[in-house]
Amino acid sequence: MNKNIILYSALLIFGVLAPFMLPAFKVQLSILCILIVLALTWNIQGGEMGYNSFGNILFYGLGMYICASAQVGMFFPLAEWTESGGEKTFVHSPTQFFQGMAFGLLLAAIIPTIVAGLIGYAILGLRGHYFAICTLGLGVAAGEISGGIEIIGAGQGFTTPPFPNVGSLESRGQFFYFLSFIVLVLTFITVKSVYSTRFRLVLNAIRDNEDKAEAMGIQTMKYKIIGWMISAFFCGLAGGIMGGLVGYIDSTDVAFDGREMGVFMVLMAILGGKGTLWGPVIGATLFHLFKEGFWTYFLGWQYVALGVLIVVIVIYFPEGLMGWLREKYPERFGEVVDEADRKAQVELK
Amino acid sequence: MDLLIFKVPILMVQASLDGILLGILFALIAYGMALQWGVMNIINIAQGDLVILGGYITYFMYLSGIHPALGVIVAPAIMYFVGVGLYKLVINKVVDRDLFISILATFGISILFMQLMNFAFGADVVLANSEFGTTMLFNNSVTLPNSKLFSALISIIFAIGLVIYMKKSKLGRAIRATAQNARAAKILGVDTEKVYAATFGINAALCGVAGSLVAITFTIHPYMGLPYTIRSFMIVIIAGLGNLPGVAVSGMGLGVFEEFADYILGTEFRIGSVFLLLVLILVYRRFKLSKKREYLK
Repeated sequence: MNKNIILYSALLIFGVLAPFMLPAFKVQLSILCILIVLALTWNIQGGEMGYNSFGNILFYGLGMYICASAQVGMFFPLAEWTESGGEKTFVHSPTQFFQGMAFGLLLAAIIPTIVAGLIGYAILGLRGHYFAICTLGLGVAAGEISGGIEIIGAGQGFTTPPFPNVGSLESRGQFFYFLSFIVLVLTFITVKSVYSTRFRLVLNAIRDNEDKAEAMGIQTMKYKIIGWMISAFFCGLAGGIMGGLVGYIDSTDVAFDGREMGVFMVLMAILGGKGTLWGPVIGATLFHLFKEGFWTYFLGWQYVALGVLIVVIVIYFPEGLMGWLREKYPERFGEVVDEADRKAQVELK
Repeated sequence: MDLLIFKVPILMVQASLDGILLGILFALIAYGMALQWGVMNIINIAQGDLVILGGYITYFMYLSGIHPALGVIVAPAIMYFVGVGLYKLVINKVVDRDLFISILATFGISILFMQLMNFAFGADVVLANSEFGTTMLFNNSVTLPNSKLFSALISIIFAIGLVIYMKKSKLGRAIRATAQNARAAKILGVDTEKVYAATFGINAALCGVAGSLVAITFTIHPYMGLPYTIRSFMIVIIAGLGNLPGVAVSGMGLGVFEEFADYILGTEFRIGSVFLLLVLILVYRRFKLSKKREYLK
């Protein structure tokens, strides 16, 4: 326990000091926080519950559009804003910006959660690959449909309100970094505390054998919906922040970007090891390093690399880093190993 | 929302006719999907990208002066080997694993193909003009490009040819035996590995045919693959695995739905409505089955 406290406080201190120690990487660090949030929330479905969702991108994109629309719509007519390309005609004062952002993020968290609750009953009744394909369809449909709605910019995109001139030049980066860092900490605390209750056992029971879990008297549907709503809450928040950070929302390239974010979150969780608490965190960090390397030095080839990476990870490394460590050092994960048994296994190999 | 189609009934004839001809093409792609799903138990997300690749083969024949209609012979021949190669490289490692592994792995292949095609052929929307002309029907109020008739005809010929091949040939029997029970087929001396490779190759060849028809009748673009995958998946789940007449009917139904959605909702919502229809169909089937306390398997 003592070791854990040291680890967590070290990480927390690093997180708080990071933008001052590495000022050039503030945006990258904020994106890393968002990626970890997405991987952690995806892991609730894909890892713990065994429901491989391609559709969590729906909540992320919804959150992005809702936050930006609320931030603009609170003070200015939304339709004129998107038509004029935003910032030229109307300017947010600093108070308006921060008020709008706060209100927008609140909505961006709540509305996707409600949506998840509403569609959850219908969608989570599907199992296995039907669930995967259905959620894939949901994500792409949302992207295509939002790309046809005039008031949020349709095909030409939606410029989010620019950061007001307060403080120094650094303040925009710091603001978004701390916002995403706070969301990351909140997500981690929520996920960790939820995992330490009966909830995680129920989710694992659903993953291992849903029919038996139901026969044991567990209301599986209730737990599945709650799990999805937790995901939606944090995905929405992450989306809202990302919208402000990127500064520009496009329906299929930024918000409902199934080809990037939608796959990233699955890949990060699998890379780190699904069904573990730390797996998605490690996976997201590794993936972000890899991605930045490729996106910077091999621009144009990044999707080729991404495709190859997906195939390699999925085929040769489906258990992920944590799964591999767990097989190698089971004692570290609190599993009791019979010494004689282990020796016999080693001899067998 | 545009209700012009209800005010001018002749447009309905136009939309239905277009839809049916388009749907026959979809059914051909779905047939390939059903084949590999039934035999190898994998869902291939890269299906649509194989279609587009077939289209590009035809497009390049057209560019070099060969009539694009010949693409329906050349494209499947090339695509067969692409499919077998893909099987040897990747697919053979996912065949007897969890379905999600195959979905994710082929999703990776799909992204890879998209980008490679984008590099190789450019990001322009292209088409191979067959110069077949158009037929006018009903006093010139319904236009029917002959290329669409050609594509429907070729699709039907290939589909029927494949059905006969499956029934009569030795490989076809081996494929059907493997689909029924892979272990038993293995015991009885069927080289299942070869059968799987051939199945994936045949599927890719069907995609090649469909792709060259798409290039002739519509347009192709490196990123247009995924909707074809989703359409064929949808057709297969509506019809059920191994139900070939069902595949043909639901393919045409989907084609008609799309044309009507195009008229009523507008072209920008066309793809979106296809994906939404997939979600609705799955949810509908789920509620229907849950009354019997079952679920989609």
